[in-house]
Amino acid sequence: MSNTLQIVWLIPFLPLIGFLVNGLGRKQLSKTLVGIIGSGVILASFLISVFVFLQVKNGNTAVVNYFDFINTASLKVGFNFQIDQLSSIFLLIITGIGFLIHVYSTSYMHEEDSKDFAKFFAYLNLFIFSMLLLVMGGNYIIMFIGWEGVGLCSYLLIGFWFKDANNTAAANKAFIMNRIGDFGFLLAVFWLIAKLGTTDYHAVFENVSKLSATDITGITMLLFLGAIGKSAQIPLYTWLPDAMAGPTPVSALIHAATMVTAGIYMIARSNILFTMAPATQALIAVIGLATAVVAATIALKQNDIKKVLAYSTVSQLGYMFLGLGVGAYTGAVFHVMTHAFFKALLFLGAGSVIHAMGGEQDMRKMGGLKKYMGITHITFLLGCLAIAGMPPFSGFFSKDEILAAAFTKNPIYWGVGVLTAFMTAFYMFRLYGMTFLGKFRGTHDQEHHLHESPLAITIPLIILAILAFVGGWVGIPEVFMHGGHRLEAFLEPIFAQSNILVATLGEKQELSHTTEYALMATSVIGALIALLYAANKFSKYQASTQEETGIGRVLANKWYVDEIYDAVIVKPLKSFSGFLNNIIEKKAIDGFVNGVGRAVNYGSRQIRLLQTGQVSAYMLLMVVAILILFIIQLFL
Amino acid sequence: MPINYYIFLALALFCIGIIGVLTRRNAIIIFMCIELMLNAANLLLVAFSKMHVDVNQPTAGSDAQIFVFFIMVVAAAEVSVGLAIIVMLYRNIHSVDVNFLNRLKN
Amino acid sequence: MDQNISVTFPHALIFFPLLAGLITFLFKKDAAVKSWALLSSIITLCISLASIVYASNKALSGLAFNYEWLKYIGASFSVSLDGMGRVLTLLTAISFPIIFVATYTNTYKNANIFYGLMLLTQAGLMGVFLASDALLFYFFWELAIIPVYFLCSRWGGEKRIQATFKFFIYTFTGSLLMLVGIIYMYLQTAPVHDVAGTLVSEHSFALNYFYEAQLSQTQQNWLFWLFFIAFAVKMPVFPFHTWQPDTYEQSPTSVTMVLSGIMVKMGLFGVMRWLLPMFPLAVAKFDNIAIILSITGIVYASLIATKQDDLKRLVAYSSIAHIGLMSATIFATKQIGLEGVMIQMFNHGINIIGLWIVIDLIEKQLGVRKISQLSGVAHKAPILTILLVVIAFANIALPLTNAFVGEFMMFSGLFQFNTWYAVIALLSIILAAVYTLNMVQKVFYGETNALTATLKEITVSQQIALSIVVVAIFLTGIYPQPILNLTKDTVAALVTKFK
Repeated sequence: MSNTLQIVWLIPFLPLIGFLVNGLGRKQLSKTLVGIIGSGVILASFLISVFVFLQVKNGNTAVVNYFDFINTASLKVGFNFQIDQLSSIFLLIITGIGFLIHVYSTSYMHEEDSKDFAKFFAYLNLFIFSMLLLVMGGNYIIMFIGWEGVGLCSYLLIGFWFKDANNTAAANKAFIMNRIGDFGFLLAVFWLIAKLGTTDYHAVFENVSKLSATDITGITMLLFLGAIGKSAQIPLYTWLPDAMAGPTPVSALIHAATMVTAGIYMIARSNILFTMAPATQALIAVIGLATAVVAATIALKQNDIKKVLAYSTVSQLGYMFLGLGVGAYTGAVFHVMTHAFFKALLFLGAGSVIHAMGGEQDMRKMGGLKKYMGITHITFLLGCLAIAGMPPFSGFFSKDEILAAAFTKNPIYWGVGVLTAFMTAFYMFRLYGMTFLGKFRGTHDQEHHLHESPLAITIPLIILAILAFVGGWVGIPEVFMHGGHRLEAFLEPIFAQSNILVATLGEKQELSHTTEYALMATSVIGALIALLYAANKFSKYQASTQEETGIGRVLANKWYVDEIYDAVIVKPLKSFSGFLNNIIEKKAIDGFVNGVGRAVNYGSRQIRLLQTGQVSAYMLLMVVAILILFIIQLFL
Repeated sequence: MPINYYIFLALALFCIGIIGVLTRRNAIIIFMCIELMLNAANLLLVAFSKMHVDVNQPTAGSDAQIFVFFIMVVAAAEVSVGLAIIVMLYRNIHSVDVNFLNRLKN
Repeated sequence: MDQNISVTFPHALIFFPLLAGLITFLFKKDAAVKSWALLSSIITLCISLASIVYASNKALSGLAFNYEWLKYIGASFSVSLDGMGRVLTLLTAISFPIIFVATYTNTYKNANIFYGLMLLTQAGLMGVFLASDALLFYFFWELAIIPVYFLCSRWGGEKRIQATFKFFIYTFTGSLLMLVGIIYMYLQTAPVHDVAGTLVSEHSFALNYFYEAQLSQTQQNWLFWLFFIAFAVKMPVFPFHTWQPDTYEQSPTSVTMVLSGIMVKMGLFGVMRWLLPMFPLAVAKFDNIAIILSITGIVYASLIATKQDDLKRLVAYSSIAHIGLMSATIFATKQIGLEGVMIQMFNHGINIIGLWIVIDLIEKQLGVRKISQLSGVAHKAPILTILLVVIAFANIALPLTNAFVGEFMMFSGLFQFNTWYAVIALLSIILAAVYTLNMVQKVFYGETNALTATLKEITVSQQIALSIVVVAIFLTGIYPQPILNLTKDTVAALVTKFK
């Protein structure tokens, strides 16, 4: 096959090469070289991705097969890459944002040892590699390879500073929670294999009518469990805030470009299955909404700059799931994209702040950074506006699309969603206010060291800020501009099957333009009030020693979810294992085995008494026995 | 002469042997009783071999008689070993009473 | 390739280690013993590789070759090399050089006897995987166990006598039950005639005679349990497993590697070569019991593994969980599952040997293997840590490591048998992550303590041994097809019995 898309193997292969070179040569290579190799391979991948995107835009999509991963009588799994509209967009996001994060890291991680520096870049490259496999895979198994791969990389990167037990504990937590999700994902794949005998997307989606309603509901529920784990939804979201233990660029990578968007991608990829399972969709919408609200409430009271951003990610992911749940697949993907821009921007900006503050992450000790860090401040403000959903920033368009779709499905969804949007605006500008406005509250030493970050940090910030500003313009809603939603047109083939299905069921309702304007106005005005209030209030923030009370305390403690999990799941499981180990294993089973031994011992001791040592007694026994045998032989 | 007589004689000899082994304590007497049992078996072998003799095949049934010779040879060897053991016993514990010989117990 | 050469492979695989082992007893110098043992194990590996490359991949009888052994009772020295046998002999052949290299610096009293017994074990294992005659199978089964008994009881840890006694009683009880079963089966087989049609023996021990024996359902039911218990002890399946942690803990590590890497496969192999094809009716009747026991073992052993403080015991319980999955899948008799078992038997051996090597390296340097006493090993031995992390992730079946394909296919087979069994068994992937990562965190990460501060990086030869393991992990993880191809005939033959 001479399809030009044949070269897509280079896209994941280059980061893999980067991983191997940096990983194996970590003792020899200088930091500069490591940085160049690490970022260079991603840049190359990005350029190829752009090429691929242009090809796809011209209608050239393909499934490219390289070799058979598994080929037996019962299962055939090709090492396939599927290049189409959906994967090409994700390719751009992953490699593009990934590249910026790499560049940023060359400066941010510069104080590390040369060896650790190389290790860090190797892990980052591996992360990108895994994520690329995930989105490029042509079947669920290749996707699962990437799926677990990003779990592994997050484990390695969260625990990057492994001296501190907190970091490694957070890494373990991330991996194990992801595994719980994988449990569901795997079961769904087994189900598909059992029913259809294949995991190829094309084959599955074409034969979807062969599945019964139970099958589809079961499979989608299980897939969704996988997404819950990977994309940090209730009840498995607690790993994501803990994952802040890793270096800041890693947080940016996990939250913006990779990892957590995997769940969204997977559901968007399998959209036809989900469209056919209304029960699952309803569950997705409810869980997404619940996650959005809960995470937003927690974010209101956090004082760690990264924790606020982490909870905001969880909340925004909830939005995306709401979008998926109400059938707004394009909206969800759109929000993934815009979110990638502004969340990467916010995290990198936060990293720049932390860097300037000498590692301090507590916002109560910041303030007034505006005058020290001009570029960081401006870009960060743009990011905040975008996430708060202010027009014409990118977040406005994608959020609006999801909310509009939610309104058609159920106005309550919309109501809760808008409330969350207000909270988002509030906590983001609380963060902004506490960090950049007002007076500096840190130590004198810190103040002395405050400085704008170097170019390697500010340039990615500027690029991301531009993207966060204009990124939403690919999806201008129909009300503003006819044919403005170019993303929807582009992704149309991916969701065609679902759209047809929805159309035949007659579920699709169009909102009137007036309603749409009204909805938009509500959300924008509400958010605007919230953000102005917050920015104003927290620019005058004074550190108080007063303990939080009531609901505030519950929120500051994250609804005590970790504690509840610990008490309800972890501790009982631990004591149950202890019970098995100490009672069942040692006392019961081994006790039984040893008991048999003891019984034999005891019995032998009793029988030994027969052995008198008198020869004639033995003789007598022998004769009696022979006589008995005779009698048996003769008379019985 | 009917075979029964031989059988009864052998049985009687054998029983005497058994009773002797069971009741007597002197090792030498026990030994003699064992020999008695052995010879009871020999007697039976010879008797049956004679019974099975065939006029046309004069060698038939002679196996058992040859067998008896073997047994006598082995018995002679056994006696020599056995008596040697008894002599050693006597030297060590100055008795040939088997009731003193309960070392097997431990 | 010439047929004559092909048929010599099975014999070479058995007799070369046997002779090499006997010769080893004659050596005096420790260094010579070690080099000789390593050299001979490498030659065995070459023979094994050659058998895979050159011998055509035929079904069971394809490479069979008979010598008259005990002609009049119908036993012959007949060995054959099919796909499954080839994979397992390769595992046996590849493991011994790795073990010898990894433990090259260990010193043993009476090294000649130690290495001689090791090689005899290898010969016994080869025989088990190659025999196609029940009596021969039993003979090698015992030949493989007896040297291990001496190895454990002479070179083991403090409580070695108790542990080996337990091991021996357990396995021997199983073996005797199997012997009873074999003899009963023997009496049910058809008479053997030679080419001219004259009767040679009333019955036969040959594998195909056993397969073709006409057995009623009741007979099968009884025989099933006689064989099952023997194999279940060896694997081990819950609740016959308690010998294993004790024995693994007390044995010298190189023997533990043989025990856990290869010897447990004897049980799995026995089930697939002997039990399933002989008693299909009984398997259909008792499959649920066997699977429930296995699955109970998976969850049970995984939970207990989370509580272990001794590294060796942790790995032992982890192994019980992994073997439980294989045994459950075998009894589910689904094609996809059996294909997974084949590849997993090989990969489990590689991975667990890797884990033992790491534990041995730590114990050799520090003299302890308690998780609670270790910390921060990564600071002192980064290369060891990297290699260990790879092996640990292979142990929890991360994709692109070798265990993934096997486990994926096995779970899939189990799912097709019964959804709920698969759901419960799949819990083990979560629990495996819990105990494995916990171990990695406690032992390798964190600050160094007074003890681990003295640790040094591992030597080059140790790095080589571990690197071979790691390379094998990735090779079979990324491209598992060769092993799948090798065993597909065996699986197909097995599956037809249950259609």
